[in-house]
Amino acid sequence: MKQISAFLAIMIVALLAGGTASLAVEPDEVLDNPVLEGRAREISTELRCVVCQNQSIDDSNADIARDLRLLVRERLVAGDDDEQVVEYIVARYGDFVLLRPPFQPNTLALWLGPPLMAVIIATLSVLFYQTYRQRRLAGGSPEPLSPTDRAELDALVERIASTSPPDPTGTRRSQFRAEIEDGLKPPADLDDTESQGDADGSNGQQPT
Amino acid sequence: MRRFIVILPVALFAALLGIMASLLTDGERNNDPSRLPSPLVGKPAPAISLPAVADNIPGGFSTEDLNGHVTMVNVFASWCIPCLAEHPLITQLAADGVRVYGINHRDKASDAITWLRRHGNPYKAIGFDADARASLEWGVTGIPETFIIDANGTITYKHTGPITPDVLERKILPKLREVEGG
Repeated sequence: MKQISAFLAIMIVALLAGGTASLAVEPDEVLDNPVLEGRAREISTELRCVVCQNQSIDDSNADIARDLRLLVRERLVAGDDDEQVVEYIVARYGDFVLLRPPFQPNTLALWLGPPLMAVIIATLSVLFYQTYRQRRLAGGSPEPLSPTDRAELDALVERIASTSPPDPTGTRRSQFRAEIEDGLKPPADLDDTESQGDADGSNGQQPT
Repeated sequence: MRRFIVILPVALFAALLGIMASLLTDGERNNDPSRLPSPLVGKPAPAISLPAVADNIPGGFSTEDLNGHVTMVNVFASWCIPCLAEHPLITQLAADGVRVYGINHRDKASDAITWLRRHGNPYKAIGFDADARASLEWGVTGIPETFIIDANGTITYKHTGPITPDVLERKILPKLREVEGG
């Protein structure tokens, strides 16, 4: 049991250590000068292995990744600084080899697109909300009924009254009218009318 | 204004569909991630100097040897199946008078010799690039790749992948004609 847990511990340590270090760089590629090697590793992690899409050349076992790693080291040994090495490779393989796309005219959409989208959406949201509020507030004084509306209302009242018991005094009629006109009015309180339909009053409460 | 807002999402969606449809159907710039634009097009061909594969195979050439004529440089290897697929077309082009140079990429000399004996050698000269260092210099990502170089030594076109009859008709031949004419 003790042996097994010791074995497990070693395996875990090995996995953790191996997980961070790249396994692609072969011993024969490593430069003798540790400073140059460090720079080479750093550059390599920023360069895409062009045939494996989303791996850096530092991570990839592809032939071309190995060739590019050797090329990076060759340029470093020749005395190039880090930028010159990257430029050298970009000149041959294009911006695509850079895992971090540069900020330049043809990548403007890439870099500015998402923030621009956010700004547009935020602006539209604010505008929409303002219009919505304004419309509800403006709903406080609805337009007076047009003659046609008035005639329609009268007809409606007549119809309801005609299906009801006789109403010689006309009290029921005026009651109906009052109820219907009440229903056409916008809700009195803006805050607790969320569920009561459109704010401009065209589709307000049903007469009850 | 209101109508406009209602139509907007529909219009945007239609535009998106249009873009997707054109990307799917347009063979020219179809969305194949393996087809990368080469930054070398329009630039002078990078200087390389390659030995011959073997004594009895015409070859060994350097970038200067390409000057003065329109040339095609084809990167191939004996282990590369698509290279074999395009080989008859390369052979035909060479027979039609196109100066085709070959870069034998990451190959074994003995394999290359056998392959050329079996399938024919249309190349004016072959440079042996066993360690792919020259291919790297030319920005080669995956073979076969074919470059068209004008008489001044400028790379005017690069095709990644095998040359098919379709590619030949629509890309290679028009480009060759254009470069020859100009």
